[in-house]
Amino acid sequence: MAGNQQQGSGNGVKLLLAWAFVGIPLTWGVIQTCINALKLFQ
Amino acid sequence: MSFLSKDRIIAPPGYSRWLIPPAALCVHLCIGEAYAFSVFNLPMTKLLGITQSLPDDWKLTDLGWIFSTGIFMLGVSAAIFGRWVEEGGPRKAMFTAALCWGGGFVIAAIGVYIHNIWVIYFGYGFVGGIGLGLGYISPVSTLIKWFPDRPGMATGMAIMGFGGAAFIASPLSVWLMGVYTTPSHIGVAETFLTLGAIYFVFMMVGAVIVRVPAPGWKPEGWTAPAQPKKLITTKNVFVYEALKTPQFWLIWWVLCLNVTAGIGVLGQASAMSQEMFPGRVTAVAAAGFVGLMSLFNMAGRFFWASTSDYLGRRNTYFVFFALGAVLYAFVPYTGSIGSVALFVSFYAVIFSMYGGGFSTVPAYLRDMFGTRYVGAIHGLLLTAWSMAGIFGPVLVNYIRQWNVDHGVPAAQAYNTTMYVMAVLLVIGFICDYFVQAVDARHHMTKEADALSAAD
Repeated sequence: MAGNQQQGSGNGVKLLLAWAFVGIPLTWGVIQTCINALKLFQ
Repeated sequence: MSFLSKDRIIAPPGYSRWLIPPAALCVHLCIGEAYAFSVFNLPMTKLLGITQSLPDDWKLTDLGWIFSTGIFMLGVSAAIFGRWVEEGGPRKAMFTAALCWGGGFVIAAIGVYIHNIWVIYFGYGFVGGIGLGLGYISPVSTLIKWFPDRPGMATGMAIMGFGGAAFIASPLSVWLMGVYTTPSHIGVAETFLTLGAIYFVFMMVGAVIVRVPAPGWKPEGWTAPAQPKKLITTKNVFVYEALKTPQFWLIWWVLCLNVTAGIGVLGQASAMSQEMFPGRVTAVAAAGFVGLMSLFNMAGRFFWASTSDYLGRRNTYFVFFALGAVLYAFVPYTGSIGSVALFVSFYAVIFSMYGGGFSTVPAYLRDMFGTRYVGAIHGLLLTAWSMAGIFGPVLVNYIRQWNVDHGVPAAQAYNTTMYVMAVLLVIGFICDYFVQAVDARHHMTKEADALSAAD
């Protein structure tokens, strides 16, 4: 039971790190593009 | 090297399959940089003259071949090495892709430093292009095996990364060039070296994370449908046997026509929006239009591939072709009534379906040919992309030029192109209509299937 819980939280941390690793640069890039795209409506 | 072998990356019990999409994104977010390569074009025409081009500086036409060679090699290497990628496992393929992609940048940097364009063709175009092909297909079949319940969504996530990579690469490259540029030097070589190092590390993270499911693994609570659907096989087709089926060639044309209809217009989106709405869409607004289309291209990759899990792959392409043809046919109307909003809305949907065409096709292949060799078959199919990459821009540019040469006003010079695109999509619809389940004689025997799985 305790082993399962430990495995679950370990997986959670790995998931968070992995998704942050790709998500942060992608979100930054999307925001930059959105700012650029807004010029169409100005 | 055992670290890279397929046996070493079998997932232990309790491994979360949701780690695979970020592993795939690590690769696709790097190789998709190819779409942003144009940011280097102008600086590379002034490497000697610094403030203006000298006679010995490279011309834009010379530089255009760098990207073209890369995309051509993407299709070729995916086709040639697809089987090796499938049988060697995703970590080996991702590692090789990282070496080629990062190494390609380093060679290209040397080419810039010694001012020899052939070294850049070889580095970025040839070596980097091989990295593109290997990197593009390497996570696809792994994702499909981890997500048998939602293969479209899984591959859509990875291929969305390829579409979104330019959003990161473009501002990053411009910023790096700004850092390395001095009054007497343009920092392209240093930018290439930095990008090569960043991409190598980023892709290696993906290679380290990636795992293949243990034999017989299934998602918790999921059971394969007892009654398989007509257009979703439970059998496998060997990679080269797939080439003998009409389904492969029909889907080849489906992809080729869908990409042709989008890729040429994508390259001309800025000029087209300004010429169709003179005085109303400025150069700055046109850049915004291109950015918005790129966002829809990226979002469509995830949205449509995920939708195809519910709608079915063939039906999804029916939507692309039918709706795409109608929208293309009415684009000239938006110009004639001067409605920029309608024009932008039409193209937003068109480009979402252009992106969706790329991301839905791996799951379509899996439905037709099974999971065993889907990555390799996908590799062969990418030659359709290479072909479309030539046809699309040629069609758009030449038809426009022909119209202009024959006295058609610039605002209407794209009308014929739009009608041609609509016809291409109708042909795509017909190809999709004829896709039926693969004949049983092409399926692998149980013995061959077991033998190949043991490889």
